[in-house]
Amino acid sequence: MTDNAITGSVPSVPLEQSKPPGGLRRRRLLIGIANHSLLIAAAIIFLLPFAFMLMTALMSQAQTLSPNLFPHPIRFQNFADIFHTAPLVRWMLNTLEYSFFGTLGLLISSIPIAYALAHLRWRGRNIVLLVVLVAMMLPPQVSVVSVYVFWYKVHQVTGITTINSLLPLIIPNWLGDAFSIFLLRQFFMTIPQEYLDAARVDGCGELRILTSVVIRLAKPAIAAVTLFSVLYTFNDFFLPLLYTDQAHWPLSIGLANFRTLHQVQWNLTMAATLLVMMPVIILFFMAQKAFVEGVTLTGVKG
Amino acid sequence: MTPVAETEAGASAPASPAFSPSLRKRQQRRATWRRRRTVLLFMSPWILGFSIFFGYPIVYTAYLSFTRYNLITSPEWVGLRNFRYLFTQDPFFRPALKNTLWIMTIMVPLQVMFAFGIALILARARRGIGIFRTIFYLPALAPPVAATLAFVYIFNPGSGPVNLILGKLGISGPLWFNDPRWAKPALTLLAIWGVGNLMIIFLASILDVPRQLQESAEIDGAGPFQRLIYVTLPSISPVILFAVVISVIAGLQYFTQAYVASTIASGNATQAGDQPIYNLGYPQNSTLFLPVLLFSQGLRSFQMGYGAAIALLILLASFAATLIIVGGSRRWVHYQGGGR
Repeated sequence: MTDNAITGSVPSVPLEQSKPPGGLRRRRLLIGIANHSLLIAAAIIFLLPFAFMLMTALMSQAQTLSPNLFPHPIRFQNFADIFHTAPLVRWMLNTLEYSFFGTLGLLISSIPIAYALAHLRWRGRNIVLLVVLVAMMLPPQVSVVSVYVFWYKVHQVTGITTINSLLPLIIPNWLGDAFSIFLLRQFFMTIPQEYLDAARVDGCGELRILTSVVIRLAKPAIAAVTLFSVLYTFNDFFLPLLYTDQAHWPLSIGLANFRTLHQVQWNLTMAATLLVMMPVIILFFMAQKAFVEGVTLTGVKG
Repeated sequence: MTPVAETEAGASAPASPAFSPSLRKRQQRRATWRRRRTVLLFMSPWILGFSIFFGYPIVYTAYLSFTRYNLITSPEWVGLRNFRYLFTQDPFFRPALKNTLWIMTIMVPLQVMFAFGIALILARARRGIGIFRTIFYLPALAPPVAATLAFVYIFNPGSGPVNLILGKLGISGPLWFNDPRWAKPALTLLAIWGVGNLMIIFLASILDVPRQLQESAEIDGAGPFQRLIYVTLPSISPVILFAVVISVIAGLQYFTQAYVASTIASGNATQAGDQPIYNLGYPQNSTLFLPVLLFSQGLRSFQMGYGAAIALLILLASFAATLIIVGGSRRWVHYQGGGR
């Protein structure tokens, strides 16, 4: 792998129409080689944890206790066994429920809010934008005590099960999410005002403009927000830890309890860990562009 | 995508017919009213969400921090007693504060430097930039619980690959997550592994630095190191500031990894719901951070007033940290006027 990458980069230099003198060119080449070797070394180190996980996930239990790094008889059975030893399917369904309804609510509520902040003119708009920014930056721990009390009281007053259910995780998403509002608003700002004015002249109401013009133009931003929300809900640990009982555990909580709950076998634990990582990684390869665009959109332009 | 909007724009042929002034005024008023209604309609989820989940909770948290409240009996005013206990008596507060400061001063700078370093060598690479970017970004995608589990396994002193390899090299590795001196460094390695988001932000901004600047510096005889100091760093300093601020704020919220690492490494089951704090912070409170303290001492043990006091402290800390960083940044951050 190392040889390939280095020799691969060599022929590129003579091909270039090179203006710089020979000395500089050679120095550039050397720097390039050093640079690439550094990159490759770092990349291998970054990939090693995945490799260790995979190798352990394919070991037998006895082998995990031996000093061998590579699985000797490769044991795919582990990936079937984890479904028998833990209610993985139950946890997956819970995660799916949280992800789906959370993201749906987040989109339905945040898109109009972002539109109102980007393209409607009204008094107090800038103050609200500022509050959204502050809300984005504040640690969620700040409100968690009061919100917990709130859900407890909702239960007392109405009798609805709030704590020990997924409701406290899903409902807030239906009331707008600061990060998504901000990301969408930044993107909506890039939509030319003329498009919207044209639709207005045609007699479109703002809701029509939003659904027929803005949403179509803002597909990349909406894709990024959806991705981030799915990821966030999939990974969320703090809120489920606080609010869910065992019947409502999502994958994240289940996985954290996997090893201690059923057995202490590292091979099965690593198989389950890989299984939890898989959907995210597959999602990433399917939507790499939206990911990178989203990160840079909020990061650089923020 | 674009044609849709254009055809709609193209169809806007008829000019608005003339109206009498009073009619027009009435129509205008109606239009204003309709616009207000639209704004209200669009913003209503936010107004509700802001009140229930943001504005009111902060005020209520401030109030609760002066009370004793266990959810069952109503809040009882105790003045500053929560804060006095927190600062002077709580045996967990000092380690939690120290460990959180450790994150701010060691973990965050290492994360930022590492992300920047990788972005820098990545930006120089002539080929394979896409593959390498993916490789360095992948760990950031790994769910925190899964990544932490993986690291606790990889670094476990008994059969973990890291100590096995170190052993083959003749080094007896430390106990990592089971040693109070090594638990935070191990968590730092985990944090560095997952630094992909920062890396992507840095990479994008480095690639945005005008090529002419780099080349003219090179022609003037500046070496790679000088170009880094005098061209690249000043050009992207606003992005560095942004990265430092979000990392510090994330550091103040550090919870999941600490929670999972301490419970898994200590080998005790923590079924959500029935567990106080015995193994949080394992080993020997070395992974006890302020949010962990809030969770265990406040929420889990239903001492809402006390939890609120800790929450308030975290809020003040994040304000203070942001102010200090942004205030100190005037000296080293350069904003360009013409930059996009």
